[in-house]
Amino acid sequence: MSVLVYVEHHNGAFKKAAYEAVTYGRKTADALGIPCVALVLGAADGAGELGAYGATRVLQVQDPAFSAFDSQVYASVIAQAAESVGAKVVILSHSADGKALLGRLAVRLDAGSVSGATAVPTTEGGFRVRKNVFSGKAIAEYELTTDKKVISVMGNSIPPEKLGAPINVEALSVTVPTPKIRMVAIKRIEGNIPLPEAEIVVSAGRGLKGPEHWNIVEDLGDVLGATLACSRPVADSDWRPHHEHVGQTGLVIRPNLYIAIGISGAIQHLAGVNNSKVIVVINKDPEAPFFKAADYGVVGDLFEVVPRLTEAVKKFKAS
Amino acid sequence: MKLLVCISKTPDTTAKISFSADNKEFNSAGVQYILNPYDEWYSLVRALELVEKQSGTVTVIHVGPAENETLIRKALAIGAHDAVRIDAQPSSALFVAKQIAEFAKGQGYDAIFCGKETIDYNGSEVGPMIAELLDLPFLSFANHLEYDGAKATVSRDIGDGTEVVEVEMPFVLSAAKDLAEQRIPNMMGIMKAKQKPLQVVAPVPFEDKVEIVAYELPPAKSSVKLVDPENMDELVRLLHEEAKAI
Ligand SMILES: Cc1cc2nc3c(=O)[nH]c(=O)nc-3n(C[C@H](O)[C@H](O)[C@H](O)COP(=O)(O)OP(=O)(O)OC[C@H]3O[C@@H](n4cnc5c(N)ncnc54)[C@H](O)[C@@H]3O)c2cc1C
Repeated sequence: MSVLVYVEHHNGAFKKAAYEAVTYGRKTADALGIPCVALVLGAADGAGELGAYGATRVLQVQDPAFSAFDSQVYASVIAQAAESVGAKVVILSHSADGKALLGRLAVRLDAGSVSGATAVPTTEGGFRVRKNVFSGKAIAEYELTTDKKVISVMGNSIPPEKLGAPINVEALSVTVPTPKIRMVAIKRIEGNIPLPEAEIVVSAGRGLKGPEHWNIVEDLGDVLGATLACSRPVADSDWRPHHEHVGQTGLVIRPNLYIAIGISGAIQHLAGVNNSKVIVVINKDPEAPFFKAADYGVVGDLFEVVPRLTEAVKKFKAS
Repeated sequence: MKLLVCISKTPDTTAKISFSADNKEFNSAGVQYILNPYDEWYSLVRALELVEKQSGTVTVIHVGPAENETLIRKALAIGAHDAVRIDAQPSSALFVAKQIAEFAKGQGYDAIFCGKETIDYNGSEVGPMIAELLDLPFLSFANHLEYDGAKATVSRDIGDGTEVVEVEMPFVLSAAKDLAEQRIPNMMGIMKAKQKPLQVVAPVPFEDKVEIVAYELPPAKSSVKLVDPENMDELVRLLHEEAKAI
């Protein structure tokens, strides 16, 4: 018996979400008193490093089919691996790929599933997992009664914990089905940390008045090493790219620090960001609803406040 | 082309969320319900555009009680040709997926469309579950879809970018923002919708594998600490020393 963690990588590189998933798997395994096994599909050099996060075995399957993501192929391979290690619980990242795999694996393994878990399962008096529901407006506790379970882990919920040293990677041989989906092109956003993984997010809304003013937002983002986000009307008016749109109909994020500039704080916007640990709101309207969700507020003209904040951060970083 | 579009009912985005005294049930008193935005705005509209270009039919399918038929009629008013309602209270993602897959099996649908998630349980599970139950390819988070008569070309959101893939029909797809532009039903559509066929189907038996045992509201934020707009050094100090966020 074991807990199996399917660990994603991008062109061989593991990101924070990968270590979060292994840490989540290790803690779940500890609670159940069984080992945690990591599974890697395709070529990735640092796979042994997953052992340092608590995986007692790291399995790797190599096949050219893994160069493009086809959930049917991946789910089949993960299910075979789960079978071979007697997995009671399968852990995935709550990423684009993880979300496509969760439902498939639930069906394939005849397992109960929880999508986007925000805490490690509790196992006393039933196997229970918490997740956010109603777009961040509430939390639900799910009980899973099936023999096997599948869970995807929400980003930035479980800090990765490094415990030991890397271990050897074992090759696993399974049957890899022929993909039905063909990859034509892939375009990754270069440079910044992607929004779901970002620790600090600087976000701006219609208060900016137009795309030509974004330099003050970018300057603040740069000094903080932050990823940029925006409100929906900003993306809808093409002031900013769509992948920056956060909220109920955009990305749901939970960074350590969310700085909202010239955003009113409509309920649909809050739905995407109200799980941020610390929220700073800069708005000239003291009645803006966002202040009710904020930890720190600055009532003032953003065109003066934001450059001033950028300078203050610069001074702080230099000291 | 024969398309099936899954439509779900969710509380309106402005709905105040509350629960029964024992925190076991969602309190629906006074809550306005809408069609799940991803289903209505993107999934349904793109399906309609495809059949408008190629000819064919769009059937909408909903798992839910009779009181939800007004929402189904809205989907018909937007342009769907006919509707199916599986007469059951949806209790989990797998329950819904199972009902839809059972209905769709052997019906020759060229594609089944879902929204990328519902805005209440935020699961993203129903689409891949239907795909697995029917052994079909699944394209998640589609933000662009073209069909040339032989293959579909789909662009997908992958979190830190976009991926373009090709696939033959039949397949299951989940719709993200930008797949289409929202359509507002017009008077003519609303009139026609009343006459369109709405078939009611009995559910297949199914035992749930998960159960929500408790709900909770997030802890209330303590009140905001206001910082003098002239003194951003103070904000930086608070963020560093008190909040430990920088
Ligand atoms: C179904 C549905 C889904 C939605 N989904 C989303 C979503 O996912 N994400 C989202 O963001 N929105 C969403 N919305 C829209 C949402 O309701 C709001 O309309 C939107 O968030 C407002 O964006 P904003 O705050 O940028 O603009 P506004 O509401 O126009 O607010 C601009 C703010 O800037 C302030 N301001 C202006 N000038 C200055 C200045 N010089 N200095 C300081 N402050 C200034 C103003 O006081 C105001 O508070 C959705 C709406 C619906 C109906």
